[in-house]
Parts: sequence; C-alpha cells; structure tokens
Amino acid sequence: MGFDINEYFAVLAGTNSLLSYKGKVTIQVVSSLLDEVERKLTELDEEPRIRKKVYNILVECLQNLYHHVEDVALPGEILEEGNMAILVIKKVDNQYKITTGNFVRVKRIKPLKSKIDKINSLTQDEIKDMYKFILNHQRLNVKGGGGLGLLDIARRTGNKFDYTFHVIDERYNFFNLDVYVS
Amino acid sequence: MESLLIEGTAKTPTVRFDANQGLVEIKGRSIPENSIEFYKPLVDWLETYSKEAKPQTKVNIQLEYFNTSSSKCILDVFKKLETVYKNNREVVINWYYEEDDEDMLEAGEDYESIIRVPFKMIEIV
Repeated sequence: MGFDINEYFAVLAGTNSLLSYKGKVTIQVVSSLLDEVERKLTELDEEPRIRKKVYNILVECLQNLYHHVEDVALPGEILEEGNMAILVIKKVDNQYKITTGNFVRVKRIKPLKSKIDKINSLTQDEIKDMYKFILNHQRLNVKGGGGLGLLDIARRTGNKFDYTFHVIDERYNFFNLDVYVS
Repeated sequence: MESLLIEGTAKTPTVRFDANQGLVEIKGRSIPENSIEFYKPLVDWLETYSKEAKPQTKVNIQLEYFNTSSSKCILDVFKKLETVYKNNREVVINWYYEEDDEDMLEAGEDYESIIRVPFKMIEIV
C-alpha cells in the first residue's frame, strides 16, 4: 500500500487538534499559521512561559518546512505532492505535541537522521555548548538558515525528538517529526 | 551621520540607531524567514559608526521573539559593537527579558559569553 498524505493527515489531525494544516508552505502560510496559534494560545489563557516556548518552536518548525519543502520542489524530480507539508498541534495531557511532516529526498535521510540522533544523544549542557559553537562559528547560508533550528528546539523543549521516515518510492520518503513542549 | 530608523512589523523589529545620542536600539520581534536582508543595513550602519563612535554607546535589545536565523545576525551586530568597545569607547548592552522568559535570559547569556562587551540583564516585570 502506498503512502497517502491525505489519509495520513486526517488520522493525525483527528478531531482534537489545536491547529492542523496540510498544503504548500509559503511565507504567507507561515505568517498566518503563526498568527492563528498565537491567538489560540491566548484564548486558552496559556501561561506565558509555555505560550512563548510553543510559539518560538513553531517558528523554527515552520521555517524548517518552508526552506526544505522548497528544496524538494526543485524542478527535474517531480513528485506531485512534493511541495506539500503538514502541521498538527495537539495538547496531550499537560504537553503540546507539534508534528510536522514533509517529503524528503532519499539522499537527505541519512544526514537528517544522524543529525537528530546526535541531538537526541546530547545532554542539555552539551546542546547549549553546541548551539553556542555553531552560533559563533558557522555562517548563514544564502536562505538565512544556520543549522541551529533543531538545536534551538531541543534546547527549548528539553525533550527528545520522535521521528519516522515513511517510504514513498525510490526517490522520496515522508519525514514525520514530533516535538513535545512541556 | 544619519540615524537609522525602521518601523517594526509582525516579523521584524523596530530599529532606532542614533549616532548623535550614541543609541542603538532593537525592539520587538525578529522572525523573518531570511534575516540577512533585514540585518545588512544595521551591520553596515554600525560599521560606519564604529569609526566615529561617541564616547558612550547605549545598546538596548528588547526582543519578544527571535528566530535562529536572526540569532546569527544579532551576533554580527554585537561584533560591530565589540569593535567600538575595543577602540576604548564605553559600550553597554542592556538585554531585556520578560519575567519568566528564561529562554530569552539564556539567549542573552549566550551572547555575553561570546562577545567581550559588558552586558546588563534587565528583567521586565
């Protein structure tokens, strides 16, 4: 059975998500999702510490999607849904679960996996040191990315990442990343 | 030299760089997708300012949110201010953070450990 992003998204979003989105990730989409989440967190009267963490982490998650979906959507290797991504935010017990999903080229799986595994293996102090080292020594790429997004998320949450790669075909996987904020 | 004044938006901060007053101020949100474009004029302005800096420069950084793309650009801003400080001018960086925002305080402490300029951490109650 092939991977169906619509089905996958429907199950993930369920009926009790704070916010769910499936579609292209443009600058406008990033802005409106951020506005919506901020409004909902205010409505929920969430404590400022958590509200800020969720918002900050969402900024990084969405900007990761924005930059990487663009990579996948380069012409030449056309996957019909390649430029689609998903975002689901749920409040589960006392924590927020932020799920993002996007298509990745097979060649990107190994570096991505090793990067996440590396971060998951570090203590909070090691994450902080690595963040500071990259901040001070690595230049921004042309798109303004600096390789700090995942480290920043890990540092703010203090939790480990959960991730899954779903095989699409010989060229693509669907990458699902779960971030827990508590 | 001319002041640099930029109005804030939902994704970019309000900027007030005033050479006559020796004031460098960045306030609001800094979460643009690509921060290089936004910060280039700020870094350029400081490059010029560093050559004709006032005896005292007061720096106020009061950010509600900033993304990792901005974090490197903010470091570039501080590196220019470090140059001013190294030229025997007085520079103080006031880093504002809201009560309970430990992440923002820690971010300030990161910069403080990298940049050789005196920082003042100021909690907004």
